[in-house]
Amino acid sequence: MMTSHPLIRLLDRGSTLFLVLLAAFAIAIPVSNLLMPEGSALHLSTYFVALFGKYVCYGLLALSIDLIWGYVGILSLGHGAFFALGGYAMGMYLMRQIGTRGVYANPILPDFMVFLNWSELPFFWYGFNSFAYAMLMVLLVPGLLAFVFGWFAFRSRVTGVYLSIITQAMTYALLLGFFRNNFGFGGNNGLTDFKDILGFNVQAEGTRNALLVTSCIALAVCFLICRAIVTSKFGKVLIGIRDAESRTRFLGYRVEAYKLFVFTVSACMAGVAGALYVPQVGIINPGEFAPGNSIEAVIWVAVGGRGTLTGAVLGAFVVNYAKTFFTSGALAPYWLFMLGGLFIGTTLFLPRGIIGTYNNWRAGHADKAEAKAAEGASAGGGASPAQPSAAE
Amino acid sequence: MATVQADRKTTSSLLYLDGISVSFDGFKALNELSFIVEPGEMRAIIGPNGAGKTTMMDVITGKTRPDEGDVFFEEGKYDLSKLDETEIATLGIGRKFQKPTVFEMHTVEDNLQLSLKNDRSVKATLFWQSSAEQEARIDQVLDIVRLKHLRARVAGSLSHGQKQWLEIAMLLAQDPKLLLVDEPVAGMTDVETMQTAELLREINKTKTVVVVEHDMAFVRELGVKVTCLHEGSVLAEGSIDQVSTNDRVVEVYLGR
Repeated sequence: MMTSHPLIRLLDRGSTLFLVLLAAFAIAIPVSNLLMPEGSALHLSTYFVALFGKYVCYGLLALSIDLIWGYVGILSLGHGAFFALGGYAMGMYLMRQIGTRGVYANPILPDFMVFLNWSELPFFWYGFNSFAYAMLMVLLVPGLLAFVFGWFAFRSRVTGVYLSIITQAMTYALLLGFFRNNFGFGGNNGLTDFKDILGFNVQAEGTRNALLVTSCIALAVCFLICRAIVTSKFGKVLIGIRDAESRTRFLGYRVEAYKLFVFTVSACMAGVAGALYVPQVGIINPGEFAPGNSIEAVIWVAVGGRGTLTGAVLGAFVVNYAKTFFTSGALAPYWLFMLGGLFIGTTLFLPRGIIGTYNNWRAGHADKAEAKAAEGASAGGGASPAQPSAAE
Repeated sequence: MATVQADRKTTSSLLYLDGISVSFDGFKALNELSFIVEPGEMRAIIGPNGAGKTTMMDVITGKTRPDEGDVFFEEGKYDLSKLDETEIATLGIGRKFQKPTVFEMHTVEDNLQLSLKNDRSVKATLFWQSSAEQEARIDQVLDIVRLKHLRARVAGSLSHGQKQWLEIAMLLAQDPKLLLVDEPVAGMTDVETMQTAELLREINKTKTVVVVEHDMAFVRELGVKVTCLHEGSVLAEGSIDQVSTNDRVVEVYLGR
């Protein structure tokens, strides 16, 4: 209810549990990797640290999608584009840090530019030797693209499946652009062979653990921002837009401004996720723009439960863990079928996703207990439990 | 906001429609429709299916732009044909849809909280805090529509009639100057219909109301001036007795 204290609204039971678990992982994994002796049962390999760090970034991407899909009903099938743009911004910083250690030992130009016989740095690479500037671009580039894209789309009242299709077209167009060598981002190969981040070796164990912890902090901060948004009156307006857009409009709300704001915030979060992803996997290439990636991210959210925030992150972890597990065994060729099956299965049997179904089940239990108590208290008058309708 | 020059239209009416025509793919939904509503008035609009009642509502609320004609609000101060839905709602025109449209996932209280007359900007809603004054206003509106006992209920779980009333309550919470109410008693029981008529008369004490309705018993109960539309223009206007005995109205309704 709107009357409760903002902090209580922000941190309900599920959110608190989520943050506690995230903090536990962020502490336990580095401790186990760095402090426990190798061979001990409590030791986790560096491979696992990097893997978990990657999942956390996917979790953040899923969170950003849930914010717009779960709460405003904007199904973006191109969110991978914002993720990749954030990743490229970070990649450009990392490329500039290589300096003379590259194959061609050019102090300014990254290897691929020397290879293409370019004599000077393109203007859009200026400034990327500064970490602060690169981080600004991580937020600004995806944010600006989302703002411009959203400004046109929402103003023209493009909604539903049409919006999904044009978001897909957007990421596909970027994919084609980034594949081109003369685009200036390393073409097909993308950006790789990173050496340092802020002076620390990206391959070093300490750096990997630090990146994991940073990713967890970023996820926690973005989660709190999302919670603050969805529990405010603004969030209630968002749900209003999702369920009855014209009602919201006729109440005097400027629907396009609401959508634009939240779409831009979401894109910035996806950008941050991409920026943290790149140093942990060591490469960014145009493949990240592939529409399939964006669709996969939507599946994570659907599996975890949209409109729950925690569910999106859980979905990203569960599906990606399954992906890691299955693609490394004999079942590898069938992974895409499994993913498709998972999506169909979720839609048919678990339309609210894992967390959504759990919440519903708990609410049902609470209602039953309440009805029982009411029955016991008063002889007559059957208490009818308020069943929230499934407005899908 | 587009304000009309003083010399363009001088009218004392709250709502002024003159020569409005709207066509969809050659079909004339409204054909030179003209009528005016005075401040404080309650007006009932009747007419057979396809007479243009809902299209008229769409024109007034900015959903549809008229091909021709003038739509003015508040003594000709605002040209509604140049404004969009949000601007028109902000001017003080509230609209109830034909199908009850409330925020089903929100509680009754939240539905009203979102409707209360407040700053509607993104920034204002992000940092908004409830106040005792707002709570009191919600109580007041719930009292008028007799839904106070359902304050904490999820709107989706209300009955059809209760949803209709909640939507009227949402209109009231906006504190509009003009309420456009589209078929408020569709699907209601006889008792609910009479209660709704009473409710609208109560509302009309302080606000101007335009009601579109099919139910003749309800319109009779309202006891106000009636405008009958047919094929996109006004066929007859007057008291319910005058209109219902008008030969042309009888012809249109009974399809002689």
